[in-house]
Amino acid sequence: MEKLLQIEKLETEFTKDKQALKILHGVNFHINKGEVLGLVGESGSGKSLTSLSIMKLFKGTSGEISGGRIQFNDQDLTNISESDMRKIRGKQIAMIFQEPMTSLNPVMKIGEQLLEPIRLHLGLKEKQAKAHAVSILKKVGIPRAEEIINEFPHQLSGGMRQRIMIAMAISCNPQLLIADEPTTALDVTIQAQILDLMKQLQQKENMSVLLITHDLGVVAEMCDRVVVMYAGRVVEEADVFELFESPKHPYTKGLIGSVPKLGQKKEKLDSIKGNVPDPSNLPKGCKFAPRCNNVMPICYQEEPPDLKLENGRSCSCWLYKEERGDICV
Amino acid sequence: MSNTLLKVSGLRKSFSIPDGMFGKKKLLKAVHDVSFLIPEGKTFSLVGESGCGKSTTGRLISRLIAPSEGEIWIDGEEISQRKESQLKAMRKKVQMIFQDPYASLNPRMKVRDIVGEPLAIHTKLSKAERNKQVSEILEVVGLSEYHAHRYAHEFSGGQRQRIGIARALIMKPKLIIADEPVSALDVSIQSQILNLLKDLQAEFQLTYLFISHDLSVVEHISDHIGVMYLGTIVESGPKEEIFSNPQHPYTKALLSSIPIPDPRLRRERIILQGDLPSPVNPPTGCRFHTRCPVAMDICKVMEPPVKKGPTADHFVACHLIES
Repeated sequence: MEKLLQIEKLETEFTKDKQALKILHGVNFHINKGEVLGLVGESGSGKSLTSLSIMKLFKGTSGEISGGRIQFNDQDLTNISESDMRKIRGKQIAMIFQEPMTSLNPVMKIGEQLLEPIRLHLGLKEKQAKAHAVSILKKVGIPRAEEIINEFPHQLSGGMRQRIMIAMAISCNPQLLIADEPTTALDVTIQAQILDLMKQLQQKENMSVLLITHDLGVVAEMCDRVVVMYAGRVVEEADVFELFESPKHPYTKGLIGSVPKLGQKKEKLDSIKGNVPDPSNLPKGCKFAPRCNNVMPICYQEEPPDLKLENGRSCSCWLYKEERGDICV
Repeated sequence: MSNTLLKVSGLRKSFSIPDGMFGKKKLLKAVHDVSFLIPEGKTFSLVGESGCGKSTTGRLISRLIAPSEGEIWIDGEEISQRKESQLKAMRKKVQMIFQDPYASLNPRMKVRDIVGEPLAIHTKLSKAERNKQVSEILEVVGLSEYHAHRYAHEFSGGQRQRIGIARALIMKPKLIIADEPVSALDVSIQSQILNLLKDLQAEFQLTYLFISHDLSVVEHISDHIGVMYLGTIVESGPKEEIFSNPQHPYTKALLSSIPIPDPRLRRERIILQGDLPSPVNPPTGCRFHTRCPVAMDICKVMEPPVKKGPTADHFVACHLIES
């Protein structure tokens, strides 16, 4: 399969009081063309920052990429200029955020917001641009599209706003859609509508999607492959079926065990003891060691390497050192 | 048969909200004829989407707000119309755990004072005695004496929720109303808190009214479930019945909407059209008819009565059900 995006040893840090605080510590993964990749982890694991790093959305913060590569098609996004980046943002890579109300401009009509990327990237004339906007709104299942372009975001419900966000994101036919917790703020019946819509659009347009979520149910329904992050690192990567059937990393196992499943008779849920570590005070060795049930002496000493396992899986855990010794870079 | 600890019947609450800056007041019917009961030591869950009135129901029962109509019986006493001054005794028996562990703990108070405050209000214990009880209860919820001297901001979300639980437990209440207690937490922490709530229930014979939008969590913790839609309970019954034999079209759609963490189970969904109608102007007849995939003509005009479902404890409000 052809790779659309390849991230290698990505490091991102923030500077506070002249002190650099590294949040992403060498993130590696790739996305194939036409694939839905799930990026899973708890709050503070660095999943959202990974997506912001791909888009280089650091304006107003001290964040910067301090190492690694982000290969998109034949360009390395880490060293292209801001003006080149602006040609990619919204055109080739588009993004949907969690909270549609805070990502839409409250004092701008829906139509104007929707027309912005269309005018900018597609260079359409006023009339054509408007027709394109209406057709996109219809594509995402918005009734009365011709009237809605003259309304403001506050006049719409949460589900409708998220549809507008999706319409804006797909309006220029992006190759990669980054969806950062797109349904977390929505009710389950509305979430079902939005996930269904995203799946349909993805298949019709053969788009690649990077789906960032903490909800393993959403991952199981939507994704082809999954990357699990913990404390700014990728700890496991696998095909979605294999990940749920035979999770390797103790963190992934704990995560899957802690979700109550419908129809599962279980008196007690598995849980992961302790809390997510503070990024400014990470433990030595494996970052998960203090919470791990299978911890060994080496885990406190040295960070585990990224181990390549069978079927293109990888896992960063000392438990699998013996099983298959190849260390991938 | 165990005793009924909480009985609610015909509960209603409307809020009057202004229509625009100068407009006439409109009535928002948040809770519309809700009835259920909870036997002592059991867990009853209210589930539904945002705006369905589940939190308002919880607040009415704890009498943080007064109901417009209806009765609330707690441990044999009717409290729906009591004045604030007469509620103090009841407040010892009913405690709440809130959703947001960041907003529900006073940032200027030490944990010892937050957890000990109910004792200071309801008892005449000396400070030393209060502190002793606080240390004991912190131990019970998995924190330690060492945490008592710290402020809430020094804790993580899961630990804060433990503090909230300790505060609720210290009066040795009979009923705990938990309003979305785990929705703000990460999954690995969520399971810690759910396990803790289950252990505490067994240890102290607590009765829970659990309010949540997450059906997987509800299935894990409940004995009985009430499914709410726009202010009314559309279906209620024992957990197993609701999950394996749902009768109301809304319950069916809700169950099929939950993403299940198993990729082999990609199933056919019932996807409801449209959004939740506004409770200011709810649909006539059955409140669900605007989104119901099997709505009939009668649903638009007549509110469906509550009928007995397939088993004894199972109730459904839908015209499709033969009585």
